[in-house]
Amino acid sequence: MDQRVPILKIGGVLLVSIQIDLQDQSVLALQEDLAEKISATGAHGVVIDISAVEIVDSFIGRMFATIASISRLFDADTVVVGMRPAVAITLVELGLTLGGVRTALDLERGMKILEQLRTRDA
Amino acid sequence: MPPRSEGPEELPISGDDDVVRVRQLVRTYAQDTKLSLVDQTKLVTAASELARNTLIYGGGGFARVEQVSDGRRAGVRASFHDEGPGIPDLTLALADGWSSGSGLGLGLSGARRLVDLFDLDTEVGRGTVVTVTKWKR
Repeated sequence: MDQRVPILKIGGVLLVSIQIDLQDQSVLALQEDLAEKISATGAHGVVIDISAVEIVDSFIGRMFATIASISRLFDADTVVVGMRPAVAITLVELGLTLGGVRTALDLERGMKILEQLRTRDA
Repeated sequence: MPPRSEGPEELPISGDDDVVRVRQLVRTYAQDTKLSLVDQTKLVTAASELARNTLIYGGGGFARVEQVSDGRRAGVRASFHDEGPGIPDLTLALADGWSSGSGLGLGLSGARRLVDLFDLDTEVGRGTVVTVTKWKR
């Protein structure tokens, strides 16, 4: 069973909307696919939409940090958007602070943050 | 009305996709037991950490999920069984930030914080059983 998460390109931003119950292999595949795609497109930003994600455990949480670090190497910023309240509460209790990963309430705000970062860097 | 799932029900843990199946089974029990959404999320997250431990450190095994009661309230109990190497230093394994593998070292200690009851039975060379329970509030 090989489920891949699709990566969409909107202008200079890559949008990853996670709609499946992620297994560890899919997480690793996504990291690789995303690195390829950023490199190929020269995207300046990555948005990871987790509004459909019911749980974030330490493995998935680490993926956000890894993707942010990889993106950084290609001069791209990463924003995680749409976290559910129950997921946020659980993450804090689990001890996963996601330090270094930028978050935003929803897709719209995430896109705005990426836009601001780009104009500031320019 | 009796809940659809009382259990116990067992699922093997021998691959990545089994971790997903265990999460889904635990969620079904948590929903049927009418745990709050936050408590469901906490229990399923803990189960995900523990099922992955069973797979990675225990070399695989199985999970058992059931509905339980302490006389006053209902709850969900999930246990994770492996016949792996066991855990030689429990204090260390339960400390935040310690990991023998590639994780963040939050698996055991984090899972413990997310549940109401946490029991760890391990013997070097024999294996490990971790049992967690979450009560309905």
